[in-house]
Amino acid sequence: MERHQLVIIGAGSAGIAAALGAYENGLEDILLIERENEYGGILQQCIHNGFGLHTFNEELSGPAYAEKYYDLIKDNECISIIYDSVVTKIEDKVLTVSSPEGLKHIQADAIVLSTGCRERPAGAIGMKGNRCQGVYTAGTAQKYLNKEGYLVGKKVFILGSGDIGLIMARRMTLEGAKVIGVAELQPYSNGLARNIKQCLEDFDIPLYLSHTVEAVHGDQRLESITLIKVDEKLKKIPGSEQEIPCDCLLLSVGLIPENTLIEEIGVKLDARTKGAIVDDRYMSSVEGIFACGNALHVHDLVDYVSQEGKKCGRAAADYVLGISPQSEVVKNVVSNGVSYMVPQSFHKGKDIEFMFRVSRVYKESFIHIYGEGFDKKIKKLGIVPSEMQKVSLKKDDLSSLKGELHWEVVE
Amino acid sequence: MFDITIIGAGITGSLIAHSLSKLDLKVLVLEKENDVAEGATGANSAMVHSGHDPKPGTLKCKYNLLGNRMYPDLCKELQVSYVPIGAYVAAGGEEEEEKLDTLIAQCEERHIPYEVLSGDEARENEPNLSDRISKVLSLPTTGIITPWEVTIAAMEEAMLNGVELKLDYEVKKIEKADDHFVINDEIETKVIVNCAGAHCDEITEMLRPSPYHTEARKGEYFVLDHLDGKFVNHVIYPAPSAKGKGVLAVPTVHGNVLLGPNSEFCEDVEDDSTGEGLDFVRSEITKTVKNIPYHKMIHTFAGLRPHIDLKDFYIQEDDQIENFIHVAGIESPGLSAAPAIAKDVVEGILMPKFIECKVKENYVRRKPFIDLSKMSDEQVNELIAKDPDFGKLICRCEKVSKGQIKDVINRRCGATTVKGVKMRCRPGMGRCQGGFCEPEVVKILAEELHKETKDILLDKDGSNILVAQAKEAL
Repeated sequence: MERHQLVIIGAGSAGIAAALGAYENGLEDILLIERENEYGGILQQCIHNGFGLHTFNEELSGPAYAEKYYDLIKDNECISIIYDSVVTKIEDKVLTVSSPEGLKHIQADAIVLSTGCRERPAGAIGMKGNRCQGVYTAGTAQKYLNKEGYLVGKKVFILGSGDIGLIMARRMTLEGAKVIGVAELQPYSNGLARNIKQCLEDFDIPLYLSHTVEAVHGDQRLESITLIKVDEKLKKIPGSEQEIPCDCLLLSVGLIPENTLIEEIGVKLDARTKGAIVDDRYMSSVEGIFACGNALHVHDLVDYVSQEGKKCGRAAADYVLGISPQSEVVKNVVSNGVSYMVPQSFHKGKDIEFMFRVSRVYKESFIHIYGEGFDKKIKKLGIVPSEMQKVSLKKDDLSSLKGELHWEVVE
Repeated sequence: MFDITIIGAGITGSLIAHSLSKLDLKVLVLEKENDVAEGATGANSAMVHSGHDPKPGTLKCKYNLLGNRMYPDLCKELQVSYVPIGAYVAAGGEEEEEKLDTLIAQCEERHIPYEVLSGDEARENEPNLSDRISKVLSLPTTGIITPWEVTIAAMEEAMLNGVELKLDYEVKKIEKADDHFVINDEIETKVIVNCAGAHCDEITEMLRPSPYHTEARKGEYFVLDHLDGKFVNHVIYPAPSAKGKGVLAVPTVHGNVLLGPNSEFCEDVEDDSTGEGLDFVRSEITKTVKNIPYHKMIHTFAGLRPHIDLKDFYIQEDDQIENFIHVAGIESPGLSAAPAIAKDVVEGILMPKFIECKVKENYVRRKPFIDLSKMSDEQVNELIAKDPDFGKLICRCEKVSKGQIKDVINRRCGATTVKGVKMRCRPGMGRCQGGFCEPEVVKILAEELHKETKDILLDKDGSNILVAQAKEAL
C-alpha cells in the first residue's frame, strides 16, 4: 500500500501551510490530497483584494495569495499534491481516495484535516415560503459569478452580514446587479468593519440591523421577500413586516467547519466551534489526526489560517518523528462572554497563542484569565463577535497554574 | 390511435404504465410537468404503512394492505430500495393507550403482524422515545422507500418496453368521439386513465360534471442530515387522533430522518410553501420523541396530498362515459396503496377491455442506477477504468460521481433538471444542499444535453438558476 509520513486533506491555504510547516520541521514525505483540479481551495473564487497583509505585507487577491503561498512549496521534492481526488473514508489512518485514476488506499503516519468549511444553507435555517428558485448561499453565487461568469440575480437582497455576503454585495453591484439591502438579525454587523465600509457604505447599500427575512415568495422564480424587525431578544415583531421585491436572496448566515470525515471515525467535536477539539498541537481526540484552518474553526483572515496551518504542520511532523510533549495538560474553560477557545486544552511548558471569540459586542472590557496560581486581566476595547481575538501567554507565567484555566469577559 | 392514455406521471400513473408495458398495447403517458414524480409523489413521508390505520371497509384499507404486501417484490423487480424498517405507534397515558387498543384490534382482524411493548421495552430499542410513552404497538411490516425512485424506475422500464411519455404536456381539452377520445385536438386514444392527482376533477370536468371535488391537503416536513448515531430506528407514529396518523419521525432509505407532516387544507393545489406548519410539527413531534437533533436540520419541504370530498379513494370506470377511468383522491395511504391500485386498475378494469391482447415476449428489464456505495472496490475500479468520470466525485456530502450523474441524464426518463438529477442520484441532498456541487451539476447537464448553461433549470419551467452573464445588465 502507498504510504506517506503525513497526508494532508485539502490543498487550500491551511493545507499548503501545514505542508510547509511539516517540511520545515523535518518531514520528507508529505502528500496533499486536493478535491479540485487546482490548489487554493476557496481562495480561487475570492478575486477581491485584501489577502496577505500579515503574511506578505501586501494586499493580494485570493488567487494571488494562493499562488504566492504555493510558490513556497512547489519545487519542494518532499511535498507532492494529487488533484481531482476525494478522500471518502479514513480507517486506522488508511485513507480511501477516489480519483479518475481509480480508488486507492493510502497509509499515513499522521493526517491533517484542512478541508475548510461549508455554508449554512436555506434548509438549515428553516426559511419559510415558496420553493421557488432564487435563494442561494453567498459563496455559491460567488462561484457562479467569479468562476463561471454568471449572475444569479439582478435585484438582490442579502440575509446575514457575514463577510461573504458583504463581499458579494459589492461584487454583484459591480457586475450590474442592483443590491437592495442587507439584513442582519443581530443589532451589530457580523462582518469585518472594513467590509461594511468598502462593500456597503461606499455603494449606498442599506444595512438593516435587527432585521431578518420572514419568508420568500414567488412562483417558479423569487419575486419578493418579507423583511421583519426583531426585538432585543431576537423575536420577530408582528406588524413590522415589509415586502421587498427582488429576484434573488443571498444567504450569508454562517459557516460550518467541514468535519464529516473525522466525525465518522469518532473524533470529538466542539459544539461551539463545530470543529475538532484539539490541544496546542492541533491534535484531535484521536491520536495522529490533526485539524487546522476553517475545518477547525472559522477564521476571519486567511493570514491567520496560514499561520495556524503552519503550526499544525510543524506539530504533526513532531508527532511523526516521535517527539511528544511530556508536560501536564491544562483544559481551557470558557464562560461569561467567551464563546469558544482554540485550542481547547494545552501542554504546559511552552508559550501558547489562544484564539477565541466573544459572544456579543463589548465596548470596554477585559478578558479575565484565571485558575489556581494564575490570574491575569487583559484590557480590550471594542471587541465584537465577528473579530477573532488572540491572546498569547508565556510558559513562565503559566508554570505555577494548577488545574483548569478559566476565560471570561468582564465589563 | 393509442389504446390507453394515462394522464399524470405520479406513482400511480407510472405503476399503471409499468404494468401495461408488459402487454402488447399502445400506451401513452401525459405529464404537465417536466419530469415524473413531481406532485404528491415527490414530497411525502416516503413510507409504506402496514395497513393498521385506515377505516375498515374502505378502498384505502384494502389497497394499503395489499400494497404493503406487494412492495418488497415490486422494489426487487424494479431494482430500487425497500427497507422493512418497522414502525412503533407510541402511546402515553390512558386515553392514548385506548386508541392503541383499537389499532391492535384492527391488526388482529387484518392479519397484520404486530407486537405490543411497554414503554420501557420500546425504549431499549428506541432510546429517543419520549419518557411519557407507556405503551407501544410495534408493526414490523412497515417499510420505507424512495417514492420518486420507484416512480422513475417504473417509468423507465415502461419506456424501455414501448410506453411513450410526453412531458411538459398539459391536457386542456378532451372530446369524446364514437369509440375513442381526442385530447387537445391531436391525440386519439381508446381509453383514458385519469391519474392527475390534485387536478383529477379538472380533467373530468372536460367531459362531464365531476362527481368529486379535489382539494389539497398540505403537509410540511423537516429533513435531518444523516447522523453518526441513529436518532430513531423505526418509523415513530403517535397514537392516532381525529386528524389522522399525526406527526411522524421517519428514517429514510439514505439515512436521513423526516419529521412531519402537519395536515392543512390548502385552496391552491400547487402551493408548496412552508410556514406555520413547521412550528406545529416542532411542537407535536415532542409527544413521541426527545433529544431531537435540530442542529442537523438541512432542509424543509411541503407536500400536497390530493384530497377529494368523498372520504375514500375514487377508483372506477366512469358511470356515464365508457372507457374513462378515475383514479382520484389518492391521498395517504396512497403511496402504500399504489402498487395494489395499479394492479386492480390494470387487471380489473383495463385488461377486460383488451381481451385479445397478449403478454409481451421480449420484456426488457432496466438496469439499476449506479450506486458506488453498494459496489466493491474492484467493481468501482472496473467502472473507473471504463469511464474515469466515475472516479470524479462531484457531490462530496452524498459521494456522487460525475459518471453517475451522466448515467441518470442519459437514460429513458432521464434527468433534465438539477432537481431531476438530485432525485435520481442525490447530489445536493446532503448537508451543504448543493452549495458546492450545484454549479458542477449545472455544467454537466449543459454538456450532456447540449444546452446553454443559462438555460439549465432547477425544477419547473421558469426556475432558471442563472439569470444573466456578468456585466450583461450594466
